This record gives sequence, structure tokens and C-alpha cells, in this order.
Amino acid sequence: MTVQLLSANHGAALAATLAGRANRKGRGFVSGVYPITPSTECMEFLCQQSFEKGRVVRVESEHSAMGVCIGGAAAGARTFTATSSNGLAYMYENCIAAAMLRLPVVMAVVNRTLGPPWNIWADQGDALTLRDHGLVQIYCADNQELFDSVLAAFRLAEDKRVMMPVMVNMEGFILSHTVAQTDVPDQEQVDNFLPLADIPHRMNHVPHTLGQMEVPHQTETHRWQHHEALLGAGKVYADVQREFEKAFGRRLGDAVETYRAEDAQTLIVSMGTIGLTAERVVDALREKGERVGAVRVRLFRPLPAESLRALFAGKKAVAVVERDISLSTGGVLWSEVRNLAAPDTVVQSYMAGLGGGDVRPEHLEKTLADLRSRKTTGAPAVMEAV
Amino acid sequence: MNEPVLGGMACTALDRAEPIIRRGNTNCGGCGMSSTLQALRHAVGNRAVELIVPASCCAVAGGGFPQSTFGVPTLMTTFACAPAAASGAAAVASMNGEDTRVVCFAGDGGTFDIGFASLSAAAERNEDILFICYDNEIYGNTGGQRSSATPAGAVTTNTPDGKPEQKKDILAVMAAHRIPYAASISLAHAEDAHRKLAFALGAKGFRFLHVLSPCPTGWKSEPALGLELVRLAVRSGLFPVYEIFDGKRHVVNIEPDFSDEALDMYLSLQRRFQKSGLTATDLRPAIDRYWQNLRSLSGRIVPARRDA
Repeated sequence: MTVQLLSANHGAALAATLAGRANRKGRGFVSGVYPITPSTECMEFLCQQSFEKGRVVRVESEHSAMGVCIGGAAAGARTFTATSSNGLAYMYENCIAAAMLRLPVVMAVVNRTLGPPWNIWADQGDALTLRDHGLVQIYCADNQELFDSVLAAFRLAEDKRVMMPVMVNMEGFILSHTVAQTDVPDQEQVDNFLPLADIPHRMNHVPHTLGQMEVPHQTETHRWQHHEALLGAGKVYADVQREFEKAFGRRLGDAVETYRAEDAQTLIVSMGTIGLTAERVVDALREKGERVGAVRVRLFRPLPAESLRALFAGKKAVAVVERDISLSTGGVLWSEVRNLAAPDTVVQSYMAGLGGGDVRPEHLEKTLADLRSRKTTGAPAVMEAV
Repeated sequence: MNEPVLGGMACTALDRAEPIIRRGNTNCGGCGMSSTLQALRHAVGNRAVELIVPASCCAVAGGGFPQSTFGVPTLMTTFACAPAAASGAAAVASMNGEDTRVVCFAGDGGTFDIGFASLSAAAERNEDILFICYDNEIYGNTGGQRSSATPAGAVTTNTPDGKPEQKKDILAVMAAHRIPYAASISLAHAEDAHRKLAFALGAKGFRFLHVLSPCPTGWKSEPALGLELVRLAVRSGLFPVYEIFDGKRHVVNIEPDFSDEALDMYLSLQRRFQKSGLTATDLRPAIDRYWQNLRSLSGRIVPARRDA
């Protein structure tokens, strides 16, 4: 274990490199990469690494980047790619294909506003659009968590009970370009943590066809199997956490991270970096005697609904603060969690930092002040940057 | 085996025991794609093959899960990215020391149009892939719309008066990538087709084969006349059969006699050209220009013969 000063982008690439090398005695590592701000540094870092048994293919588009991963995984290799925003949108078709083909591709997604108009800053709406298609989604708040989550993503994706792509998300610039000390394990530790990738349905000596046509009742069955596997990924995640701690001696973030939430009357629910700001706001308000807590959803797919339901029980009010907007609906996370609270709990949607605006403690304090003034849940509100 | 595509060549012990495209598939009668896959079986012998198939008639030909038409491991990809997926598969084969031949098998839509960016990129990277385009000059799978491979004058479902634009010269485009090998294949010339398939399967780097693939359904022609149509297209000079090594050395493999009679016959046997009323006289100048250029590239000056 060494401590390295890494940006989250570089951390993601380094984790993928270690994971890729860990499969050198298996069928190797394949990555398709294409630059897009702000995930470019991730692919650049990856392109500077050497692999005993691996190849990073510099393709002509994000669509092909995932195409390379699909071909690589279909041939049995461990696979990784990274992208952002419109790049992810361009990749969507193949993200869905990778999911439907049940190929364990790991993706680092650096969340950025979809354009045009062009905006290179953070917004989680790019990744959330993929919520319905059978990919695991993890949202991270700091460098170490991001690094650990990418490593763990390989174990989770390749677990035979899961066997589907895992997206590890970080907000553009806010996290992707933040440089912080990161504990980096030795190759041997990673080798011990990650079993060799074994993709049972890969192309092999037995002729069979991946992705051929099927009729409605087969699709129904396949979708349901996929649905159940994705739901089950929540349980597998707990196993991965245990294995992670055994291998590296530190805890892998929970599906839902909580901060002073148990005795709180009011909760701030968020994903990504807003969650860490929320913890500081909680501390400040607790000093003033307010019973506030923070809940950070790390695992968005599968959504840990039961954990959230338990956390929301008996709360007076919940502010769901998020960096995305589902047009005509409100916050995506809010729309997913609002029914998990009792009918008399106010669950209010706040969209903050859209298009990459800062979400600072004063924004969250203003949000909570607004929440206090509400007796019932109101229409989703955009908290403008001040 | 009496496949017409093999021109009477016998199935020998060197052939692959299992067909690449099995009986009972759903292809239309007279489908050139079926013939191409039969020819591929003949050429590939018992080498390991992986087929990478983008959306196309070939993807439909695979049949319904869990049975498969294909006698080799096959990956169905999205329309635009077969060469990218093949790059991944080829990388894995190579790093594991496997001699698996990764074959991209795409229609003209997946080659000339939507797949073109990833095709060009894989060629530029000189990936170790054999890319075979079975060109039926139409989006057959969706019921017959124009592609950039559709020849001028052909009626399609979205060019009801005949396509006004010329067919894209895909071989010249691929040659411009300076790939190790690019060739056109006539299914009516079995020995030449077999030789090229065998050479392309054995070669390293990016290899591109362009097959004129009769589509009775889209061409509105007799299924039994498919190979004859290809023969007429070759004979008249409309479909030049040649190969290009490293984007430089051009070799004409089959010398046409530039027969206008053959060309008129080719046009009249397909109802897709009926409405525009194309004749040999309309096409001849463009064919002559093409061959003039091809002659200068191949360095073989053979004056064009005329029947009349």
C-alpha cells in the first residue's frame, strides 16, 4: 500500500489498471477509450500504462469505445472505459447493449451537463438517464471512495450473480479534477481481491450466438432475470464490501452512507459531493441545536429502498438535494425516494448546482430554511446559485 | 457439396466439417449472403472463427434464441460498431496467443453508411480483422431502402423514382486507408473468390472484402438468377473484380469483355431498374472512366473491347 497524490480521474484509471493487470493470468484486459472533457485525464492516464496482457484501444468515438469493451468482454476479457456527458449519450446504445448482453464492463462516468448549449461542468443527469437499462450505478463523493469503488466495481460486475456493467460516477471537475491523497494497494493485494474474470457465456469453442433475436416470452424472461440480478446486486455489494475490507483493510462505502441521521428530525438526502457538504452543514446546525442528519445514496441502481425507508421512518422532513433535473418532473433521486417516506413526512425536491454551479454550505442552509417553512411537500424547486 | 457458389468445387477433407451457416435458416432463396458464408466455410477450413455481426439481414439470419444458424461463435453488435467490437475480440485472441480469425460480417448499410466511422477507424488502426461486406445495395433487413451502396437508377422503398446519386466506391475508400489487403469478390467466380477468402483469412492486419451480394427480394429478380446477375455485372465491367495490396498495388483479377449486351441483360433482369429505364448506353461512360483509372492504377494497359 502506498499513498499517492492523485486526481479522481487518475485514481479511476489507476484502479482500472491494477484490476486489468490482475487479470493477466486470465484472458487479459481490454479498454476502448475516447477523450471528452472532463473524463479525458482518465483515459490519458490509462494510455500511459503498460499491460503484460492487455490493450487500450484508442477508438474514434464513445460508441466504439464501448464497442471495443463489448467485443473484449464477449471474448472473455476484463474491460473498462470512461466517458462523460454527450460522450455517454453517444455511448448509450452500446451501454444498453453491454447490459443486455450481460457483459461486466466497468465504466467511470465523469458526470457533466448534457448540451448544447455547451457546458462542461458537473450534472448527474447524463448518467441518470441510463437508470432503466440494467446497469449498476454508484455515485462517489471523494477521491478514495472513487478509487475504491472502481476496484470494487470489477468484483461486483464480474460476480456471476450480477454479470452486468457497473458505472462508477464522479462529478466533473468538482471531483474528477480534485487531487487528494489516495491509498493505493499493491498489485498483489488487488490480485487477491479480484478473482480472474470468468464470463461464462463468452465466445469459446462451442458455437453459440450472443444477442440473437428472441420472441416476447423470451425477452420477458430475460428482462425479469436481469431485473432480479440487478436487485440482487445490492446483496452482492455487501459481500464485496466484506471482501474489500479483508483485502485492503479499509471499509468500502456503504450503499447508503448516513451521517448523524438516526436521531435527526430532518434529513438532507443527496448523491455525490453534495453529501459531504451536507455533513458539514449538519455539524453546524447541530451546534445550534437543530436535529439534522445527512443521507448520501451511493448505490443508485439497485436503489437500496429498504434502507432508505428505514432511515425516513419517523422523520419530519426530508430535503432531496441533487444535481440533476428530470424535466417536467423534478429531481430524479427525489422522484425515486419520495414514496419511501410516510405520507405525513415532507419530502421536498431541491435541484441545486445544475450545470455545475457550486453547492456550498450556505446553499444547503438556505435549502433547509426553505424546508422548515413547508408544512406539506411542494413543487420541485431549483435552488439558484448565489 | 453442390453449392452453386463453389462452381462445382467439391467439398474436401480440408473443408470445415460444420457449416458456418446451417440449413433451415430464414434467408430468402437466392440470398448472396448465404452464398458468401458457404464460400467462407470452404475457405476457412478448420481454423477457429468468431463472427461479429452488426444489425443486418445476417443478424436476422441467426434465428431465434437459443438455436443459432451459425456454426461458429457469433456476437451480434449494434449497427454502427461491429469493427470496434471485432477490435476488442481480436485483441483478446491475440493476447491469449489464439489464432482465432475474427470476421466482421456486415451488409452495405453497416459498411458504407452507419458503420463507416468505426470501419474507417479500425482500418486506420490496422486491427487484425477480416471485414467482409456482403453488399446487396439496399437496406434489406428493413424492407429495402437506399444506402450509399445503392447504384444510381435503382428504385428502393425510399427512392421511388430511382436513386439519383452514384454508388460509393468503397474499395477505393478502403484502399486509401493503405490496409494490407482489400479486394472485391464475385460469387460467380468461385476459384477467384475462394483464393481471396483464403488469402484474406490467412493475412494479418485489416483486410477488407467487398462482395456483390444478389438480393432477389430487393433487386426484384429471380432467385435462381443471382449468380448469373453477378456474372453479368462482372462481364460488363460494372462490378470490377480486383485486389489492392497495401493500398498501392492494384491487380485486376477478372478481365471483363465490357459487353453492352451483358450490361443490358443485367439491368433488364432486375425490376429495380425498370422505372428509371437505365440502359447500357447510360452506364457505359462511367464504367469506362472507372476502368481507365483502374488501368492506370494497375499498370496493365488492356484496351477495352466492345462487342458492337
